[in-house]
Formats: sequence, structure tokens, C-alpha cells
Amino acid sequence: MSANEQQIKIRVRGLNKSFNGRNGELVALKDVDLDVYTNEFICIVGPSGCGKTTLLNILAGLEKPTSGVAEMDGSEIKGPSAERGVVFQQYALFPWKTVIQNVEFGLKLKGMDKERRRQEAMKYVEMVGLKDFADAYPKELSGGMKQRVAIARAYAVNPEVLLMDEPFGALDAQTRAQLQEDLLKTWDKEKKTCFFITHDVDEAVLLAQRVVIMGARPGRIREIINIDVPYPRNQETKLQEDYIAYRNLIWSKVYKEYLEVAK
Amino acid sequence: MEGKSKKISSSVILLASLAIGFVIWTIISLVPSIGSIIVGPAKVFEALISEYENGNLAKNISISLWRVFSGFSIGLITAIPVAFLMGWYTLVRQFVEPWIQFFRTIPPIALIPLVIVALGVGESAKTTVIFVASFLVMVVTIYQGVKGVDPVLINAARVLGASDRDIFFDVVVPASVPYILVGVRLGLGSALTTLVAAELTGASSGLGNMIMEASLYFRMDVVMLGIILIGVIGFILDKAVLYLEKRITSWQEMREQ
Ligand SMILES: Nc1ncnc2c1ncn2[C@@H]1O[C@H](COP(=O)(O)OP(=O)(O)OP(=O)(O)O)[C@@H](O)[C@H]1O
Ligand SMILES: [Mg+2]
Repeated sequence: MSANEQQIKIRVRGLNKSFNGRNGELVALKDVDLDVYTNEFICIVGPSGCGKTTLLNILAGLEKPTSGVAEMDGSEIKGPSAERGVVFQQYALFPWKTVIQNVEFGLKLKGMDKERRRQEAMKYVEMVGLKDFADAYPKELSGGMKQRVAIARAYAVNPEVLLMDEPFGALDAQTRAQLQEDLLKTWDKEKKTCFFITHDVDEAVLLAQRVVIMGARPGRIREIINIDVPYPRNQETKLQEDYIAYRNLIWSKVYKEYLEVAK
Repeated sequence: MEGKSKKISSSVILLASLAIGFVIWTIISLVPSIGSIIVGPAKVFEALISEYENGNLAKNISISLWRVFSGFSIGLITAIPVAFLMGWYTLVRQFVEPWIQFFRTIPPIALIPLVIVALGVGESAKTTVIFVASFLVMVVTIYQGVKGVDPVLINAARVLGASDRDIFFDVVVPASVPYILVGVRLGLGSALTTLVAAELTGASSGLGNMIMEASLYFRMDVVMLGIILIGVIGFILDKAVLYLEKRITSWQEMREQ
């Protein structure tokens, strides 16, 4: 890795998060330490309920840790900020806004004037290939198209960090493959720090420079693995031996975590 | 193609239904012992013409509508901010909700004697009762909408840099519009029913009063006319709001009707 990539963008130290559930206290995250480097693509995998979303919410500033700190550029994350864009699993598009209005909303909040933000937003709508649907309402879009809009909306405000929570989880295999490639291309063009949660080990190895494996009960980080497969990557990368070796390695480790949970 | 043929057949069915209704009504009115109370369509139509010609009809309808709209408008103008405050500030909700729940269990008609004693039989008494009735229905419905705004959408706005104020105007308000329109529909309906009740008990004009007076003189044709007009007005108002709803909230996912 180059020196630039080793700059720490997000630093997490001694992070704990518990919820008061019906059966008393539930430890969602225990002693999590993590550094995310500037412009890095990092993927988080782990069994359901291991606290992936909780960690993302804390990084987004939507939730507060019980103890420990999460910092960005050396200052504590205290609340949401346009510096950290989020792509939610459930798309979370504003149904009363058209595609272009959804994408330009963040720019409007920044106080950009109407003309400019329309232009700027259009760039991102085109980037995700939805030019012809700019004036459509979300209800008229397929799941894959909605997720493209969500990605364009997050990109449009030009955040330094993109936090994505299983953004392709609900999509069919083909759409998913397409969006993975689009995302890789976009990341190649407009480098950003990407924190990407997925259930899918194939997806994690294809996208990430590093894969974080989490375990459940309590949620914690088990292992972080460097994926030394050169970029640019695309679906054909999946045929390469190095890719397959990483995938098998990580899959067996994740499988162990799944078994833990099943016990 | 299919949608079109469905439309045609549904309007055919509507016409058939109306025709059969008229036939049954006519048959019932021909039964000697009932016919003097439930008069037939022809007699009601005659009443319509004569009431229209002597000018009472237009006067009664416009007075009733005026009362409905004034009470309802005041109800809507107050229900919207109260509902939003309840949804936005827990303190306001805790303070206001028990009162609303309490008054909701009282049929507005039960308030009429009290209001008449306090405000007399004039316009302000009727407006007040209609206001209370429509306000209560609307505040509850709109509050449900404000409270039910998807937290994911609020978070989506927050991570784009939205302040509380932005979230209120750009997320909570538009997300509540469908509920406001449902509230308007329910509020208008309850305004109309309450109006008739208010006019039946104490008024010198309006459709309710027209029915009341006619029944004293056993003019059942006018009574029937009044009843049918109230139904027609209610139907038209309801359809008008539904039409608005379709236009304004076309962005909503289709719901099964
Ligand atoms: N608001 C909350 N209140 C109570 N418990 C919560 C809350 N949010 C999450 N939890 C609990 O914390 C644990 C971690 O949840 P989280 O959503 O972070 O898991 P996850 O790894 O994202 O799972 P999945 O892969 O299914 O999305 C779960 O046991 C969940 O029940
Ligand atoms: Mg999750």
C-alpha cells in the first residue's frame, strides 16, 4: 500500500455499545478497535446481529457509543455530517421527491443555488445511468434503480467517507454484479474512503482492499485481512486464482463465526 | 385494454345499481301504508323544483355549506399546528393527548345544549360545535402521520446535513401530507354530520332545519329531499377530497383499495 493510503481517516478505539433490550442489557459491540485509511475500500462481513449496522451508525453519528471513541480526522464524531455519506440498506429515498430532487437534496441543504445544484445533481444521475429517469418518482423505479439513486445522492454531496450498509443486499445477482462494477469504477474515478457492510464474502473480496471479519455475541472484530488482488477489478477478477484463494480463506473464517452463532 | 373495459363495465354496474335503487324506492312508495311516509322519486323531484323556485333551497344549502366550511376551516387551521407540535415535542404530546382522547369519546352532539346555552342559537354556536367535531378527528389523524414518519428517512436527511428545521419542513411535512388529506376527508365528514345534528336541534335555517320544519307539517317530500341532498353533498365533498388526494400525493406507492 502507498503511504497515502496509510493515512488514518477514521479511528475507532475501545468502542463499546450496549442496548437495553427486553432481556436486560445486550452488548452489541465489545472493545472494537479499527483504523480506516484515507481512500481505502474496506468491507465488513460477519453473521447477522454481530453489530455491523450498529458500528456504521456510530461512524455516521446517528448513534452514540456507550464507551470508547470514534474519530474522523482526529476529531470525535459527535453527530451526523455531510462529510460522511450513508447508503442505507432500505434505499431510504424520499418518495415525494423525483430522482433528481432526491439527488440534489443534499446540495440544497448546503445552500447551493437552484441552477447549479440541478447541474451538479444531473452529473451524478448520469453517472449511475438514470438520466432518462431523472423526473421519475421512486415508486416508478426497480430496486436496483432505487439503490443507484441512493448512491448518487450520497455521492452528490461529495463526502469524504461513504458508509454503506448492505446496499446490494436486496438485489438479484445480475443487478448486484452490475452495481458492484459501477461502484468499483466510481471509486476508481472519485476516490473516497468506503466502509462497506455485506453478508456476501464474494462481494467483500471483490470490492475491498481489506476485509474485516466480525463475530457475534458479543459483536467484536475477529480478524482483518488484506486482499492483495490488484485493481482495477471486475466480475472476471472472480476467476483469478488469487481472488479464489482469498475468498475461500475468508469464507471458511466467516463460516466459523456463523457456526458460533448457530450454537 | 383490460383497464378500459373494466372501467366501462364498472360504470355500467353503477348505473344499473342506481336504476335498481330507484325502482325499489318507487315500488316501496307505491305501498299504500308506507307511501305517505316514504314518498316516491317523482314527488321528491316536485319538491326539489318548488323549493328551488321559492328560493329556500339555495338559501338553505348555502347556509349549511357555509357553516360546514367555517367550522371545518378553523378546525383544520388549528389541527395542523397542534398535531405537528404533538408529533415533534414529547412534552406537548403528553400535555395535550389526554384531553384529546377524553373529548374524542364525547359525541360532539352532546355538546350542543351546552354550547347553545353559552353562545345562543346563532351562527357562532354551530360553528363552534362543528369546529370541535372536525378538529378532534383531524388532529388525531394528522398526529398519527407526523408520528409515523419513517425514522430511516429522517436519518437519511440528517446524514446529508439536514438541521432540525430542514427535517421538519423537508421530511416531516411532506411525509404527513397524505395523512393531512385523510384527516381533511374525515374532518369534512364529521363536520357535515355534526352540522345536521346541530341544525336539527336549534336553527332557523339550513338543511337540517328544513327537514325539521317539514316534518312538523308532515311534508315528507321535503324531508326526503333534505335527506337526499345531505347525502349528495357529503358524497361530492368526499369525492372532491379524494380527487385532490390523487393529484397531490401521486408519488405514493399504490395501496390496495
Ligand atoms: N436500537 C436497538 N435497540 C436494541 N437492540 C438493538 C438496537 N439496534 C441493534 N440492536 C441489537 O444489537 C445487535 C446488533 O445489531 P446490528 O443491527 O448492528 O447487527 P448487524 O450485524 O447489522 O446484523 P444484520 O447482518 O442482520 O444486519 C443485535 O442483537 C440487535 O438486536
Ligand atoms: Mg445490519
